[in-house]
Amino acid sequence: MNGTTEIEVRGLNFYYSGNIHALKQINLTVQKNSVTALIGPSGCGKTTLLRCFNRMHDLYPRNRYEGEILFQGNNILLKDVDVIDLRSRVGMVFQKPTPFPMSIFDNIAYGVKLKGIKKRSDLSERVERALVHAVLWDEVKDKLNASAYDLSGGQQQRLVIARALAVNPEVLLFDEPTSALDPISTAKIEELTATLKKEVTIIIVTHNMQQAARISDWTGFMMLGELIEFDSTDKIFTAPSEKLTEDYVTGRFG
Amino acid sequence: MTVFDDELQHLKEKLLRMGSLVEDAVKNSIIALVDRDNTLAQVVIDNDRLVNTLDVEIDEESIRLIALRQPMATNLRFITMAMKITTDMERVGDLAVNIAERALELNTEPMLKPYIDIPKMRDIAQGMIRDALNAFVKKDKKLAMDVIMRDDEVDDLKHDVLQELAVFMAQDPTTVSRAMKISFVAQYLERIADHATNIAEMVIYFVDGKIIRHMAPPTEEK
Repeated sequence: MNGTTEIEVRGLNFYYSGNIHALKQINLTVQKNSVTALIGPSGCGKTTLLRCFNRMHDLYPRNRYEGEILFQGNNILLKDVDVIDLRSRVGMVFQKPTPFPMSIFDNIAYGVKLKGIKKRSDLSERVERALVHAVLWDEVKDKLNASAYDLSGGQQQRLVIARALAVNPEVLLFDEPTSALDPISTAKIEELTATLKKEVTIIIVTHNMQQAARISDWTGFMMLGELIEFDSTDKIFTAPSEKLTEDYVTGRFG
Repeated sequence: MTVFDDELQHLKEKLLRMGSLVEDAVKNSIIALVDRDNTLAQVVIDNDRLVNTLDVEIDEESIRLIALRQPMATNLRFITMAMKITTDMERVGDLAVNIAERALELNTEPMLKPYIDIPKMRDIAQGMIRDALNAFVKKDKKLAMDVIMRDDEVDDLKHDVLQELAVFMAQDPTTVSRAMKISFVAQYLERIADHATNIAEMVIYFVDGKIIRHMAPPTEEK
């Protein structure tokens, strides 16, 4: 692998409610400014792994991590890590769009304000930049005060991406971001990842293998909580090393 | 078996059918030459359209599978290989036709000399095609490598044939027309072996995903 390491996972184990062993001895390296896809059958642990990267599992106190996730060299699993700060640096986009019940403008300004930026002109600039980045600006610039709920599903998803981008994250986690979208909106989000990766590192969980093949640089195949194979996307989809990966990508199971 | 598995199996059967057609064509074209059998030469020429039909069908089917099934890994490599080796097999068919045409021409003139090295070249080249296809069926990388190694033997034999014919032509100009035609046949057989080598190389790609073409040190003469 060339390039800079953004995240390094070392010997990661994860237990739900204290005893369900959901991730087993995961080791992997995520390159800065790349798209890394996690694929695998339902229940393989890919979303569980994704949610470790911004400590989403902390919402349930009995969940337990073991091992290390080094984000730019610092272990984010340590007790004293400020998870609020972590989550602004490692943003997340979910399967279904999750706009706040407020205007388009305020959806994006919300997180920016929390970061202490209050001046209207600064806010406007950040909102515009985020919307331009998420390729939504042209569609909403004339109705920034309209409710976010007036937007289509695909637009809402780009709004959520814009909201995440507005606080200048370093990593974006995508949890099946297009599974609720039509093909045109899906194509827009996929195109978007190609431009976004110039500025952020993207980790995406997807059920759609073709999507992983189209947009990612690296792919990890998971099964039953283990990372079976991690390699360049090219390799995984043309000549994987592991039989299990081969069987999965050729549609023998999953 | 899924529907896709059936489609892949169907493609595989077509490839093997095309392979056995061209293997027969090579064999028969040289029998037609050695035994001066015009009827057999004509059969080789006529049968080539079957090869051409399969060539088009395999390409069409491969393109359809890529578009509709988005094949991955082994399946992707299999279909890629199919599209490439069908081109090589089609060329082998054309070269067998060329040999049959030279045989028809040579059969109108007295025999220049008994054929010794040409049938040997044919045996090796034909065996290379057969084994390249066997390697494909058995996913046998070793056998495919072995096919590639045999290419040199055909090259050496061609060299010997051409030298021998050069002597004939130098000593007796009335042999030039026949000797040239025989040297063409040697040339065609040498190219058939090259195509068999290409097929074997694609089989290796199919088996383990490595493209090994152009990796061997350059040989001095092709």
